[in-house]
Amino acid sequence: MIDSIPIAVEFTRIQSKTHRDSPVASGGLELLFSNQRKHQVALPASNPEGTPSTVGYLVKWLCENLIKDPRKEMFVLDDSVRPGILVLINDADWELEGEEKYELQANDEIVFVSTLHGG
Amino acid sequence: MPHYPCQTCHISRAQILRPSTGTRLCAPCFTLAFETETAATITSSSLFHPGERIAIGASGGKDSTVLASVLQTLNTRYNWGLELVLLSIDEGIAGYRDHSLEAVKRNAEVLGLPLKILGYEELYGWSMDAVVAQVGRKGNCTYCGVFRRQALDRGAAVLGVRHVVTGHNADDVAETVVMNLLRGDLARLGRGTSLVTGTGGAEGGFASVKRSKPLMWAYEKEIVMYAHHKRLDYFSTECIYSPEAFRGSARTLIKNLERIRPESILDVVRSGIDMARLVPGAGGEGGSGSLRVEAIPRDAEDDTGGGCSGDNGEDAGGEMARVEETLRLNERAEEEGTETEIRLPAKAVNGQRHDRDGLHTGPPAAALPATVNGQNHDRHTHIPDIAVVPIRTKQEKKSGRKTAGDNLPPRQRLGQCERCGYLSSQAVCKACMLLEGLNKARPRTGIEVGGAGG
Ligand SMILES: [Zn+2]
Ligand SMILES: [Zn+2]
Repeated sequence: MIDSIPIAVEFTRIQSKTHRDSPVASGGLELLFSNQRKHQVALPASNPEGTPSTVGYLVKWLCENLIKDPRKEMFVLDDSVRPGILVLINDADWELEGEEKYELQANDEIVFVSTLHGG
Repeated sequence: MPHYPCQTCHISRAQILRPSTGTRLCAPCFTLAFETETAATITSSSLFHPGERIAIGASGGKDSTVLASVLQTLNTRYNWGLELVLLSIDEGIAGYRDHSLEAVKRNAEVLGLPLKILGYEELYGWSMDAVVAQVGRKGNCTYCGVFRRQALDRGAAVLGVRHVVTGHNADDVAETVVMNLLRGDLARLGRGTSLVTGTGGAEGGFASVKRSKPLMWAYEKEIVMYAHHKRLDYFSTECIYSPEAFRGSARTLIKNLERIRPESILDVVRSGIDMARLVPGAGGEGGSGSLRVEAIPRDAEDDTGGGCSGDNGEDAGGEMARVEETLRLNERAEEEGTETEIRLPAKAVNGQRHDRDGLHTGPPAAALPATVNGQNHDRHTHIPDIAVVPIRTKQEKKSGRKTAGDNLPPRQRLGQCERCGYLSSQAVCKACMLLEGLNKARPRTGIEVGGAGG
């Protein structure tokens, strides 16, 4: 029972119809993730405790499985998403969806947007 | 998980939780509210006049990209008749601005706005690469930072534009408030929180260019959300690994405060304005409830935002020197017997070890009332959705203006640079000093673009 659910994860600062999928880096969070903005991940369907997988678990899982860069603290701080990084669950503010506790569904889209400076 | 409905249209699914009010809105209702509030900031302070030519300081980053998009939208929607132009500064570091200038070019095209890119080479006679060739890698950040502070003004003057707008947001202003408090720099506190600043230079020269920040009441979070939902195209010019140390800690503090209670950011901004009001001559006009907005002076060392690589900011190297300079000035004030104590509400500094250390040498100011507005912890009640523009009411009238006036503290005396006319606490401003050094050392080639005002 190695059930997994497909989740689309995106790390970004750049959003545009024409340049969304271009290889041009946006100078953002994706630097931590092999400089790749969009990832399709197969997340275990349940948390280690046996409950359905949450966004909180996804964040932890990303740190353990996807971040190639040692500077994980740019993404997480004290085990939660670093303040200043916005999280969107299916294009809505994660604060409206229960934040870390949101239970992921197949094909959910999770976007992490850094709000760091840059005029 | 049930979705919340939008609290404005009551139809669509809510996508944004507004930090200022806790209101839940769908993306279209949110973008409209954001635009309407920016319009309110502008009209309530008569920031622009019809037909005015405005240069938008454009770095290709999120803030200036959103500013350009919103201004263009409002200008069309309300028929303001503004003549908008995008102004970008290229430091002249090979490769460094490539991505961000590409983003600016795309935006100029999408928005249908003219774009002017000016290099340090054109503005100062020295590109950063040439500076590095001359002075070496060490210390070149100082040059870059000092030149950057005047670059937009000089660029605007080249275009014959008298007013530059920048994308500074509420988070930036709050950071600046915290930094200026820690530095004990009350004069700059006023300039950092002011909607409009000017340099008071001679009419016509670059030193008289007015600057303003129409997004100073907008949360960074909302700016990013606006850019996201409007599918704006931007690039980040700051390396995420090297935020300037001092601003970095102020920033972390602000972001942590926001996590606990999002309203904190505007509360810090309002507090900064209130404190600045207690400093005679330092201004601190927020442009909110008042009828007129005076451009308060800005000097050559002023600015907010950005690290070394930011588009409008501080130099990393000069920061400590500046703190020391301020402390020295404060010491002098103390000797002259005009020092009074700053008392911050204990709550506000709770648990922040360095706050107290930073403040005990604070410069002259009146004691602050123990309560700062916005103590209301119920995020759902206290500000109506549309009226984000903070209104200062009774408190303002009651506040201790009189005391402040009686007790004139010496502040940094702002004269004008004798070379370029830019407001400066020294006879010759930093930029002119650095230029002099560079030009002296350069083998004579004839052309010299110096600090001559223009
Ligand atoms: Zn709506
Ligand atoms: Zn000068």
